[in-house]
Amino acid sequence: MTVALSGKDIAGRLEEKFPGSIEESGPDSLVVKSDSLLAVAGYLKDTGGLEFNFLNYITAVDYYSYFEVVYQMTSLKHNHSIVMKTRCYGRENPSVPSVISLWQAADFQEREIYDLMGIKFEGHPNLKRIFLWEGFQGHPLRKDYL
Amino acid sequence: MEVSSDREYIYTSSELDQQEGQLIEEVKAGAVESIPDPDAWLDEEVKQNIMLSSVDAVLNWARKSSLWTAICFPACCAFEFIAAEGPRFDMSRFGMEILRASPRQADLMITAGTLTWKMAPVVWRIYNQMPEPKWVIAMGACAISGGIFRSSYNVVPGYNKIIPIDVYVPGCPPRPEALIYGVQMLQKKIAREHQILDLPQVLLKGKKE
Repeated sequence: MTVALSGKDIAGRLEEKFPGSIEESGPDSLVVKSDSLLAVAGYLKDTGGLEFNFLNYITAVDYYSYFEVVYQMTSLKHNHSIVMKTRCYGRENPSVPSVISLWQAADFQEREIYDLMGIKFEGHPNLKRIFLWEGFQGHPLRKDYL
Repeated sequence: MEVSSDREYIYTSSELDQQEGQLIEEVKAGAVESIPDPDAWLDEEVKQNIMLSSVDAVLNWARKSSLWTAICFPACCAFEFIAAEGPRFDMSRFGMEILRASPRQADLMITAGTLTWKMAPVVWRIYNQMPEPKWVIAMGACAISGGIFRSSYNVVPGYNKIIPIDVYVPGCPPRPEALIYGVQMLQKKIAREHQILDLPQVLLKGKKE
């Protein structure tokens, strides 16, 4: 079975490499500042011993005061996985860097999150609605959508 | 060609030839008179059994007896439809089983499942591509009213918002028996239709005005 790595174990290494990039680290996840998300994700993907080369999913959660984007990655080589999160603030124009340059699989899921949550992914080549039609008002999975 | 002599055969080559010759002679001896056509009696019987009916009755009978369904199953009711098609419920007993991938060859649409607004133009186009006469069965709660998804931001609250429905089959999903019953209801409906203009009524309308 795939071993779920603890966020705390990896947080030490990341803090050493990218000082100030880790917001929080728990037994099952890792909260990264959105400024350094791309650098941290690239490090997790390419560093020997980690090599998270498979992106399981991206999803997003609305906590009213901020949105949290959740990434789960697995290393098919080492058979371990990690959950990485990042937070973005503001309801008008929340944005997170796109990880499509690292994992192609991010393409549709980032579009889905943009469609239903209204989070913009900077650097996404084709960021438009995927489930709903062009011209739909609002983002239905937000907590304040009625 | 020489056959090696150290191996023993049951029949020699000439014996086999003789047996074949005997068989041919037997068949030939039995084939003197030609065998009569076993279906020859049909012509005579048909001549004695001519039935008169109205154009309406014949056309309606033909239409209701071979309903061709367009393949347009947006969601999970499709599985009940597949069960109804399968050997256990066997819709083909009633001539309702045939499925057409092209709506241009179909005259029945069974709307099996939830319709989202994103899918609505596609279903509408499929309906418009079907040639007249055509009928629609709304299968399941979602097709009738939107079902449990009625208040959703992306679900059409009933197919009758976009296309006319002939028969509503309730259920979530309806059992295959219910679907078959629904198609039978549609067949009854088709049997009551008037294909040709009722000329006397047209004339009467003109007189009234």
